[in-house]
Amino acid sequence: MNIHSLNWLKAAPVSAFPENGGACVMLNGQQIAIFNFALTNKWYATDNECPHKHEMALARGMIGDTAGEPKVACPFHKKTFSLETGLNLQGESYCIRTYPVKVEDGVVYVAV
Amino acid sequence: MSNQAPVRVVVVGNGMVGYKFCEKLVAKSKGDNRFHITVFGEEPRPAYDRVHLSAYFSGASVEDLTLAPAAWYSDNNIKLLTGECVVKIDRAAQTIATHSGLVVPYDTLVMATGSAAFVPPVPGVEKDGVFVYRTIEDLDAMMSYAKTATKAVVIGGGLLGLEAAKATLDLGLETHVVEFASRLMPRQLDAAGAAMLKRKIENLGISIHLNKNTTHFTGNDAVTGLHFADESLLPTDMVVISAGIKPRDELAKEAGLATGPRGGIVVNDSLQTSDARIFAIGECALHNGMIYGLVAPGYDMADVVATNLVTANAPPFFRGFDMSTKLKLIGVDVASFGDPFCEKTEHDTILVEDKLKGVYKRLNVSPDGKHLLGGVLVGEAEGYNMLLQTVKNKIVLPPNPEDLILPARTGESAGSGMVLPDEACICSCENISKGDICAAIETQNLTDVAGVKRCTKAGTGCGGCVPMLNDLLTETFKKQGKVVRKVLCEHFNYTRQELFHLVKLAGHTTYNEVLKANGTGCGCEVCKPVVASILASIHNEIIAKQPVIQDTNDRFLANIQRGGTYSVVPRVPGGEITPDQLIRLGEVAKQYGLYCKITGGQRVDLFGAQVHQLPPIWEALLEVGFESGHAYGKALRTVKSCVGNTWCRFGVQDSVTFAVEIENRYKGFRAPHKLKGGVSGCTRECAEAQSKDFGIIATDKGWNLYVCGNGGTKPKHAVLLAADLDKETCVKYIDRFLMFYTRTAEPLQRTAPWFEKLEGGIHYLREVIIDDSLGICADLERDMQHIVHTYQDEWRTVVENPELRAQFRHFVNAEASDPSLEFVEMRGQKRPADW
Repeated sequence: MNIHSLNWLKAAPVSAFPENGGACVMLNGQQIAIFNFALTNKWYATDNECPHKHEMALARGMIGDTAGEPKVACPFHKKTFSLETGLNLQGESYCIRTYPVKVEDGVVYVAV
Repeated sequence: MSNQAPVRVVVVGNGMVGYKFCEKLVAKSKGDNRFHITVFGEEPRPAYDRVHLSAYFSGASVEDLTLAPAAWYSDNNIKLLTGECVVKIDRAAQTIATHSGLVVPYDTLVMATGSAAFVPPVPGVEKDGVFVYRTIEDLDAMMSYAKTATKAVVIGGGLLGLEAAKATLDLGLETHVVEFASRLMPRQLDAAGAAMLKRKIENLGISIHLNKNTTHFTGNDAVTGLHFADESLLPTDMVVISAGIKPRDELAKEAGLATGPRGGIVVNDSLQTSDARIFAIGECALHNGMIYGLVAPGYDMADVVATNLVTANAPPFFRGFDMSTKLKLIGVDVASFGDPFCEKTEHDTILVEDKLKGVYKRLNVSPDGKHLLGGVLVGEAEGYNMLLQTVKNKIVLPPNPEDLILPARTGESAGSGMVLPDEACICSCENISKGDICAAIETQNLTDVAGVKRCTKAGTGCGGCVPMLNDLLTETFKKQGKVVRKVLCEHFNYTRQELFHLVKLAGHTTYNEVLKANGTGCGCEVCKPVVASILASIHNEIIAKQPVIQDTNDRFLANIQRGGTYSVVPRVPGGEITPDQLIRLGEVAKQYGLYCKITGGQRVDLFGAQVHQLPPIWEALLEVGFESGHAYGKALRTVKSCVGNTWCRFGVQDSVTFAVEIENRYKGFRAPHKLKGGVSGCTRECAEAQSKDFGIIATDKGWNLYVCGNGGTKPKHAVLLAADLDKETCVKYIDRFLMFYTRTAEPLQRTAPWFEKLEGGIHYLREVIIDDSLGICADLERDMQHIVHTYQDEWRTVVENPELRAQFRHFVNAEASDPSLEFVEMRGQKRPADW
């Protein structure tokens, strides 16, 4: 995908997202979880819905890493997903979508 | 061997088995450059995992499913030609020809052509909207057609058919399964097991139609329905045929190789066809009248042929294959092993059927009760590996073989992998024995399942043996006398107890400080809440100030429930509550539409609050003197009391007053796990204090103190620590006990399992708590005193602090609440809608 053709949507100011944690935004009727991975100074965006039991909860999950791969754990049953690829890290077949994120002038944007 | 003449190996077919053959041949001929391998695949891409095809619908990509990228083939000097269809074998010239005119000579030819979906010759099968479920192209076509469809019918109630039904369900379609036989999975399940599976699948919203013989498809260009022999009609927008497989033997047949009357290339035990230079493996091979439609026997065949090519000594043979299988079908565990039916074998059966839980288990046992012959598991298949090994290794059954399928009586697992002989096959996909695995663990110092997978390949196929690998690891460690140190996770090479002391000594107050000083990486959902708990146990600061390291419920100071709403439990010390407080609970519940339930701990639980409603709800509760009940925390919950001698004619002490005092003393104290207490006013024990982490029972001389009981999964009676204490001493001992436990327990270990592992048992505990044998009692008391002095009601702090309060919202860019929430009515109140 050509990075310049992405349709960037304004999510919220940087201050709305706790350091090393996530928060949920509504963009075009879609719930997106955005994570401020301050330890590595990176941002990630994924679906807010956990595909395991279809709970709208990933933004409330804890983030961290495994073998250097950044991940989020769903607060419901601790299913973990890579923040880079969206794959389930416990080897289960469901996964989540990830979205490009950027920060400009203190505002977080997501390409949905 | 490398000076031997080169061997040109041509593999026709690049499916799972064709790929496995290449992998095996490369591995077995390492350092020996004799083999020149050329692989032809008619699909446009390298071999992929067909077993997990339905993952494609839930978002897995083609890359995720690919077994090895094209680069793997070139790295191993294998010529891979995808999208190239072999159309002719010239056995005399020893060449094959492709559709594009390529002619390639061979010394050895391996047919791994697999199978195609069997499409019954039903009139109308050519209509638009009729699909087979076989390749990624089939799936792409289904997905695009499904966009305009609302209803799908899958023909075939076997393994593949149910997989396909999961796929159409995942596409959001109303899904029906049509089966010709009188039950689902007729090859694997008996009638009762199939009936249980049917119930479970129907509960998921899939309709099952049995005994249905499709006579034709209705519709003009596009299919509109199925017409059955019983004259009934099932309208639909699309049809997926998954009624079985047809071996791809057309090429072999044309070349004059022997094939079976119902298809399949005839092979001997070396997988040789009627031409000794040509082998057939996988679903295209007909061995002893059997076509094997599973991947594991195909892998076994690939191994036999690869080994035969490499070594001339003691060549292995393919001797048929156990068709035992365990899988998760649409979320339902199903397994069938050994001889599931025993139609021709004398046997007795042991049956367990629990329609409430949807569990069916059947064991076929030899008439003398000594050996297991086979069985069926539906709804729960945890014991599968052990049962399969018991059949395969002819292990003599225990005196009560029913224990193998009943929930364990003593809480111990039904059997450990160590009773198996060394030659027992643990991983049937890769054919790895117990001996191989244990040897690898010992000689290569493996410490986890990932290491075992890497070194032995066991567990890398279907993954069904992974629990067994875990068992073997633990047991091998034990045998070696290795102490298994329970470190937190990959980020902290410390046990909880070690980390507790490091944090206390250094005085760290944040997770990041602890990680920087003692850990590596970025942390995870395991170590973050453990560190959060340690920080709270030591400093007792407001946890809402570090929300992102708190476990699910602690993050929003409420209990998350199905659907993502929260429940609210105010503290009711000792179960004593005023009428005004009761009225306020009712008012709040009415105002916010909350479901009300009395808890087991003498409190009221209000369910269904959305995250943004939590602060105003608490504002209203705080007004009448309620405080947080910490029902969401690994912390003190309740101290239950009976009514005591103030009202009760039998009571000998004032249990309510003592319970209120105790609960108020320890409220807010965070520990490795939740803590519950109880105070009974006499020996009748109406507060059930002996089932609590700490329980106090009145005597006519004072109070008896019991510790380390709990209800839950494994109920445990508390043990008497000291008798006839005065109140002051009793509190002192509880202070010491709770702090000692908090310092030394593992993460999420309650007092009862902690006590079970405490060497020296109650005598040791008495020495530490009462006789101060470790000289730490003053320290323990001081630490608890700090907790008591620094208590603040965390909900009051949040409600009064605008910054903390602002965390309680679902969207940070909109005021709206979560629109996905749905409730239904039940007995006059609400509950979350089923998904």
